[in-house]
Amino acid sequence: MSASDNKQPTQGSFIYDQWFRSIVYQVLLAVGLGYVGWALFSNVIENLDRQGIATGWDFLWTASGFDIGESVIEYDAGDSYGRALLVGFLNTLRVAFLGIIFATILGVFMGIARVSKNWLLSTISSWFVEIGRNVPVVLHVIFWGTIILLLPQPRDAMIPFEGAFIMNRGIVMPFPVYNDAYPWVGLGLIAGIVGVVLLNRWAQRKRERTGQYVGTLWSGLAVLIGCPLVVWLAFGAPLIWDVPSLQGFNFKGGLQLSPEFVALFVGITVYTASFIAEIVRSGIQSVPGGQIEAAGAVGLRQGFIMRYVVIPQALRVIVPPTASQYLSLTKNSSLGVLIGYPDLVNIGNTTLNQTGQAVEAITIMMLVYLAISIVISLFMNFYNRVVAIKER
Amino acid sequence: MPNDSNIASSNVPPVSPKSGRTAPPPTERIPVLRWMRENLVSSPLNTVVTIICAVGLIFTVPDFINWSIIEAVFSASSHEDCRAASGACWAVVADKHRPMFFGVYPYDQHWRLIIALIIYIGAVGLTMLPKCWAYKFLIPLWIFTLFSTLSLMWGGFMGLEEVDTSQWGGLPLTMVLFSGTIVVGFPLAILLALGRRSNMPAVKAVCVIFIESLRGVPLITILFVAVNVFPLFLPQGLEFDKLLRVMAGMAIFFACYQAEVIRGGLQAISRGQYEAAEALGLGYWQTMTRIILPQALRICLPGIVNHVIAAFKNTSLVLIIGLFDMLTATTSVMQDPEWRRFTVEAYLAVGFVYFCFCYALSKYSQQVERWLGEGKRF
Repeated sequence: MSASDNKQPTQGSFIYDQWFRSIVYQVLLAVGLGYVGWALFSNVIENLDRQGIATGWDFLWTASGFDIGESVIEYDAGDSYGRALLVGFLNTLRVAFLGIIFATILGVFMGIARVSKNWLLSTISSWFVEIGRNVPVVLHVIFWGTIILLLPQPRDAMIPFEGAFIMNRGIVMPFPVYNDAYPWVGLGLIAGIVGVVLLNRWAQRKRERTGQYVGTLWSGLAVLIGCPLVVWLAFGAPLIWDVPSLQGFNFKGGLQLSPEFVALFVGITVYTASFIAEIVRSGIQSVPGGQIEAAGAVGLRQGFIMRYVVIPQALRVIVPPTASQYLSLTKNSSLGVLIGYPDLVNIGNTTLNQTGQAVEAITIMMLVYLAISIVISLFMNFYNRVVAIKER
Repeated sequence: MPNDSNIASSNVPPVSPKSGRTAPPPTERIPVLRWMRENLVSSPLNTVVTIICAVGLIFTVPDFINWSIIEAVFSASSHEDCRAASGACWAVVADKHRPMFFGVYPYDQHWRLIIALIIYIGAVGLTMLPKCWAYKFLIPLWIFTLFSTLSLMWGGFMGLEEVDTSQWGGLPLTMVLFSGTIVVGFPLAILLALGRRSNMPAVKAVCVIFIESLRGVPLITILFVAVNVFPLFLPQGLEFDKLLRVMAGMAIFFACYQAEVIRGGLQAISRGQYEAAEALGLGYWQTMTRIILPQALRICLPGIVNHVIAAFKNTSLVLIIGLFDMLTATTSVMQDPEWRRFTVEAYLAVGFVYFCFCYALSKYSQQVERWLGEGKRF
């Protein structure tokens, strides 16, 4: 391939020269693409003109006229399409974020369960994985969407624990009432995370300098939980639970999760978790048994072997494919359109149908998803560098 | 570590001193007990896990079996029978299987779809046999298969009623979408992968932008483009069939993912292979088709099959744009108010069909890996 630059023109004619040929190919490609692009563009303009469809982004500022079932920010039918799309974007982020967290927890658990020595546990896990990943995610989502409608009415709702209700109108559960102290508690949590990082660094440096091992597990946990806790206590420990209660036919108050959200969330979480479980399993199995035996032979304790020998090596195998699972989960959250969850694609689709501005609406959707994908990729690449082999 | 006394005692049956009869063998000798001891109660933690799992299963599995088999209704003269029973209503599948699996295709013409499906599945089965892996056999086989199944579905000759693609539906449509995606997408994937590894900067840039931007968006948005935007791209009067546009969208999406897998395989080929091909005087395309690609595709076979399975599952996304594949057909059939309560059973049946195909494909790919591993040459 790269040896092509020392090729001599064989037949004396320049058309056999590889350098010349490659220039010609590339020019042809560029001209071809340019022509196709121009032709498509002019066709679009012409077609839109003929059908009397407006172009441009003005529609973003006109009133949308439709209501949205659930929203993180305030919204009503009088607001603009732009705000409607923002609502959709936030709903996408909400379900994707929660989905990633829960799919990771469930997937890691199932992956470890699959390599467990316990036959019962590993069998349950392998059934979960095989059923989860061999059924289309579309079916997962609409299946749960159907199941949730079969649940009892609000009056006879199932009660998993005091104050929480599961019914055909979704799930409601108690939620703390907002207090001005909470942003500060959040800051405390961030301070705690920074504290843990610093603590680990200090412990590592001390270990390198003196050879003395300082356990950071408990002290780290203390810092992590202690910082926000101290802030919270300093504000007088404000905590009022907003407990949902049945009023008429519906529940009021508390954290309300709509049936659409629950169905989409459960569907994409189960589907992705089954893939993550397989990734975790292959990661754990990729660590050669000799490594564990060698670690035992030099006298490391069981916990040390897991923490310093098995997990770091397994993570190198696990992280890159898991990142792409996160990406596909985020993209699969667009299936909300199937069951009426107001995510970006759903609202974009409504916008498209109402304004007819298909090109603009679809462009917005694609750009937003591209942006989300890039952010997740960047973050996961960063994390991958953290866990990758350190070549020293 | 067996020592001498142990070996001796294992040869002579232990005699219990009191009765003089042979004592029962230790539990290790009973295979079931040994198995249980090793797999269920080998350590305290393991025992706890077993108990938790068992309790969980006891609370769910009997109920599920009760619902799905014992109390279930397998055939019913009307939906009233199902309402009376407390279990699953599999009768809904018996009653609605024709529209579920064949969609809105004219009812009296369903035999054509059945023949087409048999030909198709036969061709897939033949393709899976290693004995049939030869271009000389496979290419004519698939030309025949696609031609015969498509013309059977289309009709319009030899007295067969013509059926427009808008009426195609169910499992055959899923098959058409799937094979179309693979047949168009796979060569495109190879071209994109080669383009991304090309020495020509313009070609490389175009391929990178194409692959990365399409991989970053959901398939739904590409299907929206195929349905809503693509007609705008064409000059007035020129139209493409909706099925064809959707298939093209799926093929391009499939190609972008597959291209990345194939690129991984290409990267694994050592430079010596390229140099050797060059030393033999092979040109670019000869080098690629005869030396590099056969090895690269073999290396990344597991990844390729994963994306083929994904492509099969992705055909269900046409639900959103209203093509009547198996899932869409089921969803719309279940709007029937009489049977509506039993939608879950219908979805479980459809899910079972998808599961069978995907599971079989993944098991098959593991088998192929084993076959290829036997004659490892690199």
